[in-house]
Amino acid sequence: MELILECLFNGVAIGSVLLVAALGLAIVFGLMGVINLAHGELMMLGAYSTYVTQLIFKLPALKPFYNAYVIVALVVAFIVSAVVGILLERSVIRRLYGSPLETLLATWGVSLILQQFVRSVPLAYGAGLVLSLLVGFISPFLLPQKLLEGSRGRLVRAASWAFSALVGVLGAGGLGSLVSRLGRASARNVDVTAPSWMRGGIDLWGVTFPIPRLVIIVITFIAVLGITWFLNRSVWGMRIRAVTQNRSMSDCLGISTERVDVLTFGIGSGLAGVAGVAVSLLGSVGPNVGASYIVGCFMVVVLGGVGNLLGTVLASFSIGIMTDLIGAGRLLSIWPDMPTPLASAVDFFATTSMARVLVFALIVVFLQFRPAGLFPQKGRMVEA
Amino acid sequence: MKGTKQFRRWLTLLLWIVILAAIIAAPFVLPVFRLNLLGRYLSLAIVALGVDLIWGYTGLLSLGQGIFFALGGYCAAMYLQLNSASELPNGIPEFFGLYGVKNLPFFWEPFNSPLFTTIAIWLLPGVVAAMLGFLVFRNRIKGVYFSILTQAALLVFFNFFNGQQKLINGTNGLKTDVTQLFGQMVGSPSMQRCFFWLTALLVILAWLFSRWIVRDRFGHVLVGIRDDEPRLRFTGYNPTLFKTIIFAIAGGLAGISGALYTVQSGIVSPQFMTVPFSIEMVIWVAVGGRGTLLGAIIGAVFINYAKSLVSEALPASWMFIQGGLFILVVTALPEGVLGWLQSEGPRNLLSRLGIARPISTYPSLEIDGKKEINL
Amino acid sequence: MSLSRRLFLGLTSVVLGASVTACSGGDQATGCADCDAEVTVGILHSLSGTMAISESTLVDTEKMAIDEINAAGGIEVGGKSYEIKYIVEDGASDWPTFAEKSKKLIDQDKVPVVFGGWTSASRKAMLPVYESKDAFLYYPIQYEAQECSNNIFYTGATPNQQSEPATEFMFKRSPAAGKPFFLVGSDYVFPRTSNTITKEQVKALGGTVVGEDYLPLGNTEVAPIISKIKKALPSGGVIINTLNGDQNVAFFKQIQDAGITPSKGYFVMSYSIAEEEISTIGPEFLAGHYGAWNYMMSINTRASKKFARDFKNKYGNDRVVADPQESAYNMVYLWKAAVEKAGTFEDNAVREALVGIKFEAPQGPVEVMPNHHLSQTVRIGEITSNGQFKIVESTDGPVLPQAWNQFEPSSKGYACDWTDSRKGEKYRL
Repeated sequence: MELILECLFNGVAIGSVLLVAALGLAIVFGLMGVINLAHGELMMLGAYSTYVTQLIFKLPALKPFYNAYVIVALVVAFIVSAVVGILLERSVIRRLYGSPLETLLATWGVSLILQQFVRSVPLAYGAGLVLSLLVGFISPFLLPQKLLEGSRGRLVRAASWAFSALVGVLGAGGLGSLVSRLGRASARNVDVTAPSWMRGGIDLWGVTFPIPRLVIIVITFIAVLGITWFLNRSVWGMRIRAVTQNRSMSDCLGISTERVDVLTFGIGSGLAGVAGVAVSLLGSVGPNVGASYIVGCFMVVVLGGVGNLLGTVLASFSIGIMTDLIGAGRLLSIWPDMPTPLASAVDFFATTSMARVLVFALIVVFLQFRPAGLFPQKGRMVEA
Repeated sequence: MKGTKQFRRWLTLLLWIVILAAIIAAPFVLPVFRLNLLGRYLSLAIVALGVDLIWGYTGLLSLGQGIFFALGGYCAAMYLQLNSASELPNGIPEFFGLYGVKNLPFFWEPFNSPLFTTIAIWLLPGVVAAMLGFLVFRNRIKGVYFSILTQAALLVFFNFFNGQQKLINGTNGLKTDVTQLFGQMVGSPSMQRCFFWLTALLVILAWLFSRWIVRDRFGHVLVGIRDDEPRLRFTGYNPTLFKTIIFAIAGGLAGISGALYTVQSGIVSPQFMTVPFSIEMVIWVAVGGRGTLLGAIIGAVFINYAKSLVSEALPASWMFIQGGLFILVVTALPEGVLGWLQSEGPRNLLSRLGIARPISTYPSLEIDGKKEINL
Repeated sequence: MSLSRRLFLGLTSVVLGASVTACSGGDQATGCADCDAEVTVGILHSLSGTMAISESTLVDTEKMAIDEINAAGGIEVGGKSYEIKYIVEDGASDWPTFAEKSKKLIDQDKVPVVFGGWTSASRKAMLPVYESKDAFLYYPIQYEAQECSNNIFYTGATPNQQSEPATEFMFKRSPAAGKPFFLVGSDYVFPRTSNTITKEQVKALGGTVVGEDYLPLGNTEVAPIISKIKKALPSGGVIINTLNGDQNVAFFKQIQDAGITPSKGYFVMSYSIAEEEISTIGPEFLAGHYGAWNYMMSINTRASKKFARDFKNKYGNDRVVADPQESAYNMVYLWKAAVEKAGTFEDNAVREALVGIKFEAPQGPVEVMPNHHLSQTVRIGEITSNGQFKIVESTDGPVLPQAWNQFEPSSKGYACDWTDSRKGEKYRL
């Protein structure tokens, strides 16, 4: 019983990390047909945002609220990743709609640039740049519309960008001094320390439940619920679904498809940021943090089928449970007197490396029977 | 009319003579290190040809060519290791001693034979590619799904080779520099010179072979698959078969390329099966010009050369440049450099600069293809 | 439309600008004013890719040593003083690239020596290059040994200078003495070979190894390993950890949450966690666990303090020094001493002169042995909550290196000696 409970919990824990990471990817892929290989790097930005938020909360003025920084970090990470994602959509991906393979290559290029950017540019400068982008991006929405029109508009826009650049430089300077004052951190791998209430584990029925894992499960749960509500119950969600089903008809009916694209991509990227917060609680924050999750995410999307969140959820949990079942060699403890040849085979795969090999192989086999994943899209086959 | 035709024929002949002369002369002109680099990049051109066949002509974007590349390399390295192991105490390659392995694993045995190895180098990757391809294509999995699955397959192979110390020396990979072939050390300058010529020869053969494929009816079917697969199916063709065959051919080419690369770089390791390397192969073709065979060769050699030059001067900046190339080539130069030169590219550029006048033609109306008319 | 395009352009230019400023670090700082000539050496580490974070600290240290030597008058050879210049090449965390760049440094730049490498796989990839071209590589990292090349000089610890004393300490004198062992590592050469040795040693000591597992490089999902550990060691024990880089962070964060802590009787002995890694992972996750090294920043001698202070002065107060950096620092000085003793930069003469050279390193005295390894002092430290090691055990003096392991059956009874042409790489004792 304990064994099954532990296996189930571990599977759900691994699965929920996969799920929160794959959620944004699944939405963008399912709704827009865009494969975003830079998704992992958007996660990485989320993880770095968590780190920066944590640093800021170490300031004396904010110290009393330190324990709550994770919640703030979720919001910050969502916004940062969403803005970077939207920039990506506006600048590159928009030009490539309808040609998914090209998008895949372009986003890979973006991911290389983001990775090396984080490696080469000191954290404070990077954060300053992101800050100035944020301010520059949001400020036109805050200014009265009248100012932005006509010949003056250009000037105003330029001024707002200059202002945001200034904010970025100031932010970089401030953060730089903060880093040298508070942290041992340089732009190397940095460490996000969970607040004290999130450390340790809860012992129940002879099984230890690590609290960060529980927190991640909760975050994932809320993210899935939130996104389901948004897509099915809100006005913009309805528009997104409409555009997914029939782009030109939606366009005719007055839905701004361009806005829908931006929104969808922004939400998908923002969710990557949330995933970044989650993984920063488990491991290190570094340039490679995204790359180590991305292929797993794709497996989830492929296994789950396109455009169905339920499929994504089930796929992540089944991959999680399988990984734990095979990788920890649990089959042997569940069924101790299994025949020797089988037992040695199980033993052969009972390492983390080989478990990964087997899980991927199983997915490929599964696709032989259900080529379009667990929950294929109904209706006629759409030629992408 | 006849005159120009003859002139062109002479020109082609002249070009070939120049190329051949350059190949023969290269080892005597270039310093050892640069020659070695050039030889390796030429061998990469062969895998690029394969990528071009499946991606440029058939529209299948494989992110897993590293599997076949590495398999070819491993075949060659296993033979070389065995060939020079006979003098060693156990009669088996030295690294086995590190892990306490006494007997040669069974699948090493056939690699004692040079004939078997020469065949296995292209056949084994080809067969693996055919099996993988058949499983995927049979279910009409295509587009990005295919790409993702090949990437997953790549990871499966990577993890397997990486973890199997006792079978294949794990992360370390197999080394060939100090092994013997025909009584000579593989890493020696004279052998390297031979490998360079062999590589150059095989690049030309591979190019001729690929050209024969794409000019044949087979090649037209491939382009048909790329442009409109359902229509092809309704006309009575079975795309699965064609896709499987071309994927196997590309796998075989990758195997040859991997073997040549291995003997010239001195090592084959699971690093050949990392995700970035396989995606890089695509960018060589994309930059050179997909759908043009020469473009693939030029792209592979040129980009790798640039990479080695840039990383000598500014190590950290290569990633930025490479990333920028990916974005640039798909947004601004979708046909690649060669495709751009062949199309109206230069003229358009000149006319934009105000040097040449734009020629007015009908706007291209591609209603059938993926590109829809912009209204 | 135009806004987004401008944005795009702006972004690109910012990125490019940043990259240029970040990359223009090829500064050849303090020169040697009164030197008569120059000699160029090669430095080959990963400056990009996954290993860049670790290996760039070695480049920093090697540059510091070279600058120090230059400032003190360069290298004296044949009555002339040479200023040391360097070419830094990027191994890009990719083993074949290490081989390629080695060839470039040897054939094209004609450097007399290359300082380089971190991972065992990169060394194994470079080894045939140096052997076939008869060039010389100085390699600074503690490693699994079972190798002894005439063309490599190893300044890191061999297993009997790190893992063996550590295993013995854990089994005999640690708080978990006598308890079973579990081995965790990243999936590559060093952990696997090192653990093979540890298993033999534990067997010889009379202990038990109840399990081992390897995490694929780049994978940070450690949950299955943790459940294995809990199953295999229900009431505490010793965990030998050879995980690499950032996988350590995931591992230590998550074992603490799963209740695998020193207070519950679990003690982790790590072979790749030095001060740099402690500050990254966070001492709060590591306090109470152990590490074994030849050099620790907390060594309380003048040489050690000077080394740490100089490094901080040069690269910033938040930087730390650790064992790999100390090895890298030593090897530059050892090369200088060997060249000066030989009176030439010529390979064979320097190689012969190298053996027997002594140096007052930050860790204490070291000496080059005939097997091209260093005799070094071994220290075992408990990690404290301020991010340093509290040295709990230290050998009386330098320990002689063993290139061939004496626990592993295949190499037992063998040794390596390059000063005697009849002995060479591997001879029976």
